[in-house]
Amino acid sequence: MELHTLSLTEAAAALRRGETTSVELTRALLGRIEAHNPALNAFLTVTGEWALELARRADGRIQSGAASPLTGIPLAIKDVICVQGVPATAGSLILKGYRPPYHATVIEKLLAAGVVILGKTNTDEFAMGSSTENSAYGVTHNPWDPTRVPGGSSGGSAAAVAAGLAFGALGSDTGGSVRQPAAFCGVVGLKPSYGRVSRYGLIAFASSLDQIGVFARTAEDAALLLGAIAGHDPRDGTSMPTPVPDYAAQLQSGGSPVGGQSLRGLRVGLPKEYFVSGVEADVSTAVSAAVKVLEGLGAQAREVSLPHTEQALSVYYIIAPAEASANLARFDGVRYGARADAPTLWDEYRQTRGAGFGAEVKRRIMLGTYALSTGYYDAYYLQAQKVRTLIKGDFDSAFDDVDVIACPTSPTTAFKIGEKADDPLAMYLADVFTLPANLAGIAGVSVNCGFDRAGLPVGLQLLGPAFIEDRLLRVAHVFQQTTEWHTKVPAL
Amino acid sequence: MPLTIEEVQHIAELAKLELTEAEQARFRDQLSAVLDYAASLRALDTSAISPTATVLPLRTVLRDDTVQPSLSREVLLANAPEAEAGCFRVPAVLE
Repeated sequence: MELHTLSLTEAAAALRRGETTSVELTRALLGRIEAHNPALNAFLTVTGEWALELARRADGRIQSGAASPLTGIPLAIKDVICVQGVPATAGSLILKGYRPPYHATVIEKLLAAGVVILGKTNTDEFAMGSSTENSAYGVTHNPWDPTRVPGGSSGGSAAAVAAGLAFGALGSDTGGSVRQPAAFCGVVGLKPSYGRVSRYGLIAFASSLDQIGVFARTAEDAALLLGAIAGHDPRDGTSMPTPVPDYAAQLQSGGSPVGGQSLRGLRVGLPKEYFVSGVEADVSTAVSAAVKVLEGLGAQAREVSLPHTEQALSVYYIIAPAEASANLARFDGVRYGARADAPTLWDEYRQTRGAGFGAEVKRRIMLGTYALSTGYYDAYYLQAQKVRTLIKGDFDSAFDDVDVIACPTSPTTAFKIGEKADDPLAMYLADVFTLPANLAGIAGVSVNCGFDRAGLPVGLQLLGPAFIEDRLLRVAHVFQQTTEWHTKVPAL
Repeated sequence: MPLTIEEVQHIAELAKLELTEAEQARFRDQLSAVLDYAASLRALDTSAISPTATVLPLRTVLRDDTVQPSLSREVLLANAPEAEAGCFRVPAVLE
């Protein structure tokens, strides 16, 4: 049995039946990481010894009958999430050598569930980017075509899952950083609603938009992972006390309005503003075919309008950099990370930050500082916050008429490494269909729905109202039960 | 409206970022392009719209003011580039 080809759910079942052990699974994946990571650069840190120790503990727990569904499952963690004692770089030179003194809440929860942590995955610096090209530690290569990007910013996590180096992974999504790389790598990527998952221990980028999300090969796997990390956390004042449903159980029956393997009665909205020129023909074709599959299962597709879609990109690129410029003020060379030697404190700040941050991070700090500065605050930042209200209202109105929204995750499939590296605006357009969900705080999932003529995966994005992740996961699950796209794996 | 080099230098100073001359010129062009793009927002009449700072209904979340375990001074200083006598050490601020 090729262990790495199992889905997370299948691996968990094999563990429970005693057909394999966590140590065996962990050794198999560590072997694959050793073989393929030099070419992919998906992992920045591999915690091999610790992983095996966690695996041995998990095997003991499984034998004693005290296991949870995730006990013994090896996972990868994006390098913006703090794991105590394990280097956390956020893809930046300014955090080189930093070892967090505490676990993020999501890590505490996963460790309590008995997972095995394989290591930390590559990311655009401070999660700012759509390709992982902004990592200070080199680009991650797309497992489907190593000359192409894996998407970003959680490109390392997406590539690791697609390449069979991990059964699942955590990422973070501020404007599409889980869903877009999931689309580019042909895996499932779920961004929960804002407030669903604690951000405590997530290195902050834009605090009103950031949310930790999950990667896996199937919606079923993603449901297990979300169930393990979701919930209120007193250490995150923006986490909601909303009860956490049993997402895995809901796949079969719940997630109204329908149960079983039918989508009868499900109202699917197709936003007319998202099916426009600028979307690659192969992407349109694959997404339209996926909508036909949903209709074949009983769903009713209808057009909806999100009138302020065109403004969302501008709103995002004011609000996210503004919040980032404040959040990243903490990187000053005093308490952690790299420091430039300078005679005065002010010079130390300027030089540490000038040398420690890469081009995109500097660009966004500058943009945000400008938008918040005297004389420009009202024209840019306040105006962007007001238009954000309109964008959120667009979704509220749409969800009065439909249960989910279906659209492409990204206008293109994975682009060539270097293709957009010198054109920030062109790069920002890669997130044009994902970032509105962050502005509105709603949930979204990307699921592989086919391939373009070059053999690159296409993502179908499903969006749903806040805190209705179960419905999205169920639609994605039923789609995967009916199609075979998720069973395709890249040849490494 | 394109930014000037002086404006770029002013923003960099506010953000405490040392930039090379080449970076200043590149950011002047790139930031101008992004700001031009974002200028379309101003065409919308939002006089009757209130701003959204957070999508959540939560406001000013409070907890009981009780002492809880926290990380030790040694642990928190362990990542510092320089520490001395239980403090973070920095270049002199005053003459």
